[in-house]
Amino acid sequence: MNKESNSYIFLYSTVLIVVVAVLLAVAATALKPAQLENAKTEKRLQILSAIGVTGSVEGQQDKKAYVQALYERYIKEELVVGWDGLVRSSAVAFDLDMDQQLASQKRGGEGQFSVFVARLDDGSQKYIFPMAGAGLWGPIWGYMALDGDLNTVYGASFSHKGETPGLGAEIETVEFCDQFKGKRLYDGGNFKSIAVVKGGAQGAYQVDGISGGTMTSNGVQQMIRESLSMYVKYIEQQRKGLGDE
Amino acid sequence: MSSSLFSKANVALLKAPLGLKNPITVLVLGICSSLAVTAKLKPAIVMALSVTVVTGMSNLVLSLMRKTIPNRIRIIVQLVVVAALVILVDEVLKAYVPDVSKQLSVFVGLIITNCIIMGRIEAFALANRPWPSLLDGLGNGFGYGVVLVVVGFFRELFGSGQLLGYQVVPASWYVSNGGFYENNGLFIMPSMALILLAILIWIQRAVRKELVEE
Repeated sequence: MNKESNSYIFLYSTVLIVVVAVLLAVAATALKPAQLENAKTEKRLQILSAIGVTGSVEGQQDKKAYVQALYERYIKEELVVGWDGLVRSSAVAFDLDMDQQLASQKRGGEGQFSVFVARLDDGSQKYIFPMAGAGLWGPIWGYMALDGDLNTVYGASFSHKGETPGLGAEIETVEFCDQFKGKRLYDGGNFKSIAVVKGGAQGAYQVDGISGGTMTSNGVQQMIRESLSMYVKYIEQQRKGLGDE
Repeated sequence: MSSSLFSKANVALLKAPLGLKNPITVLVLGICSSLAVTAKLKPAIVMALSVTVVTGMSNLVLSLMRKTIPNRIRIIVQLVVVAALVILVDEVLKAYVPDVSKQLSVFVGLIITNCIIMGRIEAFALANRPWPSLLDGLGNGFGYGVVLVVVGFFRELFGSGQLLGYQVVPASWYVSNGGFYENNGLFIMPSMALILLAILIWIQRAVRKELVEE
């Protein structure tokens, strides 16, 4: 057949597309279970990272088992709460996708949000709240860990899909996350959230953004406010129960 | 018919892009990603390795296919093959080495658009046999990698005072710690990468006069 003829071109493109499509589909399906397991391990690690108990995960032979053991050791409860602050029992807390739930809530539907309750080695209880938002190039997400007073931040971890390396991607670094330790969300009864500012963060409600990563930093600020406001009612009710501040 | 695997001509394919035929400084390809990923040294290295692997593999595959590709859909076919290769590699990494994949996932989009890959396919793989094409792809990847590492080195050193995340500039030197030193914020900006590239080209041409056009 003449290589330049229309029918050859048509046939060639069809065959090429079909081969590539089949190849990619087969690969994706075959690899999916392994990828899902890795995603779960990654999620557990990020939750643990918010309370700073990742241990020496880097050098581990079986990372999956190590993280799982750490997770079971520190995370005592996985709750599902609604915007009204009431605890639900309908969904598996770990599998909830914060991004989807936020969208669901916006559409007027019933968003369901997970809360992870951790107990540290010293017996203190921490509350870990997932957050999801938008960076410059794609989704960003993270976990905010609060002390028992449900106001002071114990720690935070952030992650992203495709922010610029060296700039927006720096939100993942220890240096950025450590800034949140000790910051506060509430001023009295007022939910103030935490602002990510350009240079010279002051006080308990501000942290420094990333130089050259302004868009991502703004995304982080927006994400914290939007995601954590879903838990405001839950936090209020917990505080009443604890009877403090 | 076929020369030995590592004949002089074949070895030259590996070495030429490191100097006189460098894809970035001489062929002026792949500039965009060399600006984007060199703010720090580690992503620069990851990107360099990925581009090397992808350029080599796509050169190989397309060279094997070269006698069957209709001329009119040539570019489209190249795109499809390169994209499929990159996605396949990424999927496998995600399943078995998720940490590497996480670092790479940012670059996947950037790799596919890297002119070096399409450039070498057009200029070499479509007209040469598979083994030399593979070598050419790898060689150009190395040449790209060398430039990326050099630019990344200076950008991270002067822009963040670090190398591979390790603090190189002593902390006590910084103004915030009572010293005199400030990181040069301009180095974090992509424009600085362009300036550094220009300086590299300048140095290369000063040393190798044969590169200067008449």
